[in-house]
Amino acid sequence: MPLLTRTFIKTALVYFTIALLLGVLLSLRMSNGLFPVYIHLLVFGWLTQLIFGIIYWMFPKYSNQLPRGRESLGWFVYGALNIGLILRAIAEPLQALQASNLFGTLLVLSAILQWLSGVVFIANTWQRVKEK
Amino acid sequence: MPRLSVWFVSFSLIHLFLGFTIGGLILANKGFPFAPWIWNLLPAHMEFLLLGWMVQLAMGVAFWILPRFRSKPPRGNVNFVWSAFGLLNAGIVMVVIQPFISMSWLALTGRFLETSSVLLFVFSSWQRVKPIEV
Repeated sequence: MPLLTRTFIKTALVYFTIALLLGVLLSLRMSNGLFPVYIHLLVFGWLTQLIFGIIYWMFPKYSNQLPRGRESLGWFVYGALNIGLILRAIAEPLQALQASNLFGTLLVLSAILQWLSGVVFIANTWQRVKEK
Repeated sequence: MPRLSVWFVSFSLIHLFLGFTIGGLILANKGFPFAPWIWNLLPAHMEFLLLGWMVQLAMGVAFWILPRFRSKPPRGNVNFVWSAFGLLNAGIVMVVIQPFISMSWLALTGRFLETSSVLLFVFSSWQRVKPIEV
């Protein structure tokens, strides 16, 4: 299993744990307003990140020289996804609590980073989706 | 990867793009509200990412990697799974566009198509969940 996949999966497992702990707090009504963060830690931080890592590892080869496409793009996806998600987890509840230009800017930055992670992932994966 | 899986996975990546784009716009709108109407796209965001991306990807990969039959056809009745592919994507489109047009029956029809798709997929995959043939 390549290093990038291991990093994706281990990070996804961390988000999985954090999301479920947050779910407990939500059930105890100790963290009102964090439901969107909870959902995105679970669906984006855990599931989507896990899928990205597995696809990078197991999909058909791009070419003999670059079997998994450009690794640097894969690391860019990892960085953009996680920085974007962490920014969101911090700024979204704070913006809901007390809107400010700073939190608003962080949310826009988070949106751009998360969107870029998806676009670059698709670009790096598209040509690996092919018939044998 | 068989041709049908290529279609499933390619469409799942298209849905991923659409879902991420809408999600990015909704999140940016939380930062600096520039288009309140963007919230109307929240159901489309969820539909694209849960059914269009994750479910469709899982179906495509399952069709690819589940154990094959020794007898022909190796992946069972492919026509059923092609139908599942068509029904799923038609259903998603119907559910997504319903809020923007005055045809309330469209979402229900879309859900019916999605459910039919999954039933067809389950029916055609069930017997492929088996030990390796000796």
